[in-house]
Amino acid sequence: MTTTTATESWFKRTSRSIHIPPVYIFLIVTFLVSGLLDQILSDGQILTNPAIMLNIIVRSVALGIVAVGQTMVIIGASIDLSVAYTISITAVMSSYIMLGDPAKVPIAIPAVFGIGVIIGLANGLIITKLKVNPFIATLGVSLIIKGIINATFSNYTGSVPKSFEYFGYGTIGSIPVSIIIMLFVFLVGWFILARTKFGAHLYGVGGNAEVARLSGVRTDRVVIGAHILCSLTAVLSGLFLVSQMRSGAPWVGPNGLYDLNSIATTVIGGTALSGGKGGVWGTLAGVLIFGILDTTFNQLGVNPYLKMVLRGAIIILAVASYTIRSKKEAA
Amino acid sequence: MANEIDDINTKPAEEKQPTMEVQHISKRFPGVIALDDVSLQFFPGETHAVVGENGAGKSTLMKIMSGAYTPDSGTMYLGGEKVSFSHPQQAQLKGVAIIYQEFNLLPERTVAHNIFLARESSHLGTLNIQKMNKDAVEVLKELGVEKMILPTALVSSLSVAEQQLVEIAKAISFKAKVLIMDEPTAALTYTEVDLLVNLISRLKQKGMSVIFISHRLREVFDIAEKITVLKDGKLIKTVVKKDVTPSDVVYLMVGRTLDHYFPPLGTPEDFGEVVLKVSNASNQILSDINFELRRGEVLGVAGLQGSGRTELAQSLFGVMPFKTGNMELHGKAIAVKNPAKAIKNRMGFVTEDRKSEGLAPRQPIRDNMLLTVRSVQFLFSLILKDGIRKSRNLVPMLGEQVDIRTDSFDREVQFLSGGNQQKVVLAKWLASDADVFFFDEPTRGIDVESKAGIHDMIRALTKRGIAVLMISSELPEIIGMSDRILVMADHRIAGELPARSSEQEIMLMAIGHASDKITELTAAVGEN
Amino acid sequence: MTTSTITSQGKFLNTLRNLWGWIKKIPPVYPVFFIIFIVLGFLNPVKYQSMNGLMTFLRTASPLAVLAVGEMFVLAIGGFDLTVGAIVTFVVLVSSKLLANDPANAFSTIMIMLGFGVLIGLVNGLVVSYLKVPSFITTLGMMLLVRGGALYYVGGAPQGYLTDNWRAFGRNYIENVILFERVPYALILLIVLGIVSYVFFHRSNYGKQLLAIGDNVRASQLSGVRVRLIRVITFILCAVFAIIGGIMIGGYGGVNVTIGEGLEMQAIAACVVGGVLLGGGKGSVLNVIFGAFTLQAIVNLLNMLGLPKPYTDVVQGLIIIGAVAYVGLSSQKKK
Repeated sequence: MTTTTATESWFKRTSRSIHIPPVYIFLIVTFLVSGLLDQILSDGQILTNPAIMLNIIVRSVALGIVAVGQTMVIIGASIDLSVAYTISITAVMSSYIMLGDPAKVPIAIPAVFGIGVIIGLANGLIITKLKVNPFIATLGVSLIIKGIINATFSNYTGSVPKSFEYFGYGTIGSIPVSIIIMLFVFLVGWFILARTKFGAHLYGVGGNAEVARLSGVRTDRVVIGAHILCSLTAVLSGLFLVSQMRSGAPWVGPNGLYDLNSIATTVIGGTALSGGKGGVWGTLAGVLIFGILDTTFNQLGVNPYLKMVLRGAIIILAVASYTIRSKKEAA
Repeated sequence: MANEIDDINTKPAEEKQPTMEVQHISKRFPGVIALDDVSLQFFPGETHAVVGENGAGKSTLMKIMSGAYTPDSGTMYLGGEKVSFSHPQQAQLKGVAIIYQEFNLLPERTVAHNIFLARESSHLGTLNIQKMNKDAVEVLKELGVEKMILPTALVSSLSVAEQQLVEIAKAISFKAKVLIMDEPTAALTYTEVDLLVNLISRLKQKGMSVIFISHRLREVFDIAEKITVLKDGKLIKTVVKKDVTPSDVVYLMVGRTLDHYFPPLGTPEDFGEVVLKVSNASNQILSDINFELRRGEVLGVAGLQGSGRTELAQSLFGVMPFKTGNMELHGKAIAVKNPAKAIKNRMGFVTEDRKSEGLAPRQPIRDNMLLTVRSVQFLFSLILKDGIRKSRNLVPMLGEQVDIRTDSFDREVQFLSGGNQQKVVLAKWLASDADVFFFDEPTRGIDVESKAGIHDMIRALTKRGIAVLMISSELPEIIGMSDRILVMADHRIAGELPARSSEQEIMLMAIGHASDKITELTAAVGEN
Repeated sequence: MTTSTITSQGKFLNTLRNLWGWIKKIPPVYPVFFIIFIVLGFLNPVKYQSMNGLMTFLRTASPLAVLAVGEMFVLAIGGFDLTVGAIVTFVVLVSSKLLANDPANAFSTIMIMLGFGVLIGLVNGLVVSYLKVPSFITTLGMMLLVRGGALYYVGGAPQGYLTDNWRAFGRNYIENVILFERVPYALILLIVLGIVSYVFFHRSNYGKQLLAIGDNVRASQLSGVRVRLIRVITFILCAVFAIIGGIMIGGYGGVNVTIGEGLEMQAIAACVVGGVLLGGGKGSVLNVIFGAFTLQAIVNLLNMLGLPKPYTDVVQGLIIIGAVAYVGLSSQKKK
């Protein structure tokens, strides 16, 4: 009889619990195909230039951060279409408050997070208490935010102090701060989903709200909580973007398609739209896939409008790759 | 003979205090009395089976005991203390656990997560997964299955029997004193049933009071010490298993006076040639289906819940088509792959659940009635105010045929009574000119007066030469309406009985064996 | 022989009671519209208390009404169509290039546009029916595709102007009409489309089956309804209406890149105000048309009160949420 040491059994336990989502294969394939196309049709930098590869990841940070929040909401069988304008209002408000003054930063940041909490709370309450369909509820809220932004600002507003640009451009050693922060957000997201009571309840509510309710889970609170978390990730994304752009503009959110892209990457990553299953690591792969495609389009010099067309098609096909297997009629 | 059996409810009270007691429980739903003054005692360390036909009140009683329903009158006691539950969670916390046929589990979560949902061990909101898994193992150990089921396994990866074990583990984790199970053996194989029986003995040894509903008398006799028979919401008798035989129990379950009027059965002149012939048909649920349906007759299909009756109609109508075998309609071989094809072949299907499958609730009566006609007509044909062009009178005519009581055909069907709703569904199929009708529970949830009306209509259909296959859980309806009776059990046809067979004959065939064959069957199974 | 026991006073009360019952049944959109319109009349009598002004209002409101009616079909079947705004952008931008500033091309341009409408609707319907992607996501994706395609074709900026004959539908009037003084072509187009929709929605086989599908897909399937075919037709219809609406809007407003943005939400809002249930199964062409009129009136009112355009977005968002919540909660109470 052999005795296993403590470390060996820990290793066994953790390796059993880590399952790599199948989307990572898709990611590798995408990377290779894009690299190949790039070699053939362009100057082949994707596969050869490590700076480009790093760039792919940096480009994915904004989407990545907000996709974590969207993943949580979708696991709870809801959805959030207001993230794009939440990003916009964060970008605009933060640079408006900061006005290039480092002393204002500690005021601006809590302020925008506060706005994020209000937006998430509004979304959650409209969905749970007014019983409005999540698509309509969050779309309606996004319209309201859009109106408020456009009523107050029409162009680039204010500016971000140099110190704040560290978020967007700083590096620790040779690794950009932005990537570290994104990974941190993913880790926090993973932790909340996999290692907290809230996360367990969120999976329950998304999987079968009735079963959860009968077991005593406060389903309304869980959904509202998920929406608040999602809005907070949108705020963080907005702060990142504004630190890169140095000034906030109202069109930042919608232009980046953060609403649709966050949904699509979540779905490609293996999280079901119907809720109850999935996780953030699959979403990370989805985000990277989108990042690679984006960079490839740029490398190949694809017309920006054609890019829009391709993005629309990719989003539909990405979701279709999962829904096509379902037996229920879609509406 | 049954009268000689002692009713233990009339014996002097036992020395042990009952774990749970219900007294004078009554419950009624619109149009039906589900429970009528039922009083029972359940003792620790005992397995108590509650049997009865479909609709006898067993489910309702269990739901009241587990907090899903509140009784209209009566009281409940748990360990001598009076209790009342307004939410299943309250019952759970007091130690009454129920396991339904459709499990209350989250398939995409682990066993441990399912067991401890909403009670996860945590510190400052962070889960202590190691402790959860350990606690899960402890609970599984109490059932003796800790080697079979890992706490980290996803519920969706477990077999049905294993999922049931998880549900039981969940109950144990609530320190349940009373465990209620609804048809626990319905989805299990013979070996799995044996395991369950052992498990239940284990639980009994720990002092738990196990109550279960079952139609399978073989298992009832294997597992239970006491058997309570309910009929039409009333308590008939509670007997001790060792004092009775299965036939005794069946006799107690059925046998009533026919107080409901049925139209006269068909006569041989009414029956014509074979319209529908099914041979050796099977699919993923049914096997070995063979029968014939003749013009002008009502073929009743009896059987217990889960015996495959609804699936039979669904297969015939193309909802869940047959995969092998043959089907002949009017002598010609056909394959019904979907409902549209069935309708083209002039078949009609009055489904069991009219609300979710038969009607469009917010549409007017008129439009519901005409749906089958419209679906085969030219898509863009125009409609005048009163209905389809050329059929301005069709709707009132149909309404009259089915005797609908309504002031206007423009009323949304969701506002009609159950009886009238069913008539609308019937009218829809009459309009489609079907000559083979499948009825699934045609009068479920309908008041007595409308019931009689629908029975008359079904007979009127056969007088016109239409062939009717009628599925019903109500034995009086089967006996009162059928010119022949098919009995189903375990997803096959168990046999055929002539008109006016007795309820006992039907029930015994539905349970799976004639009364004197039980011992043979038990012995045969033991050899597996 | 019967003696009448109803006195003339009783009869009068009875009639009043019947009238009140009839009044209660009037959909809320009508009183709301008339109230807002009367307020507009007070604030600006020149514009809103004259026949001229009324016709001008109707010229502006008609395109939205056309879009809303098309959207209603899709909502009634239980889906959403968010491509309508992008379709309007598409029509305006692509036509500006196709016309090549030559009025002779107007007819062929319109035909090509209608063809695209059919194509877009076809894709929407097929993706939802066969790929099973929820219509919300499908049409959001298609919105990108269509808008991107339009921008690509014109290279990001309008390539010409819209010829006068092409613009007639949205801009011109029939002059010297008795009583109405001048009637906008847009209104006539709306009336024609309104009648056609009314027939298709309320008085045809197709419409009845559409409502059944939106109400209960399962029961419809079991009754032999060809669900997928009807769904595809419905998306095509909505897209074609959006094309027509686009022609009207382009006619009225001329070319610019951002035209059409947000129109899908306005169309949905108009439907919700017009009493359409977002889950499907109910709808009314006339109510939706007046829902669109109401929305336009609200926009005009806010403008008149000095509220800048972005606030109309806020109001719209609130209206959508409010109307959906109102309908949803009140139908729950009924149960």
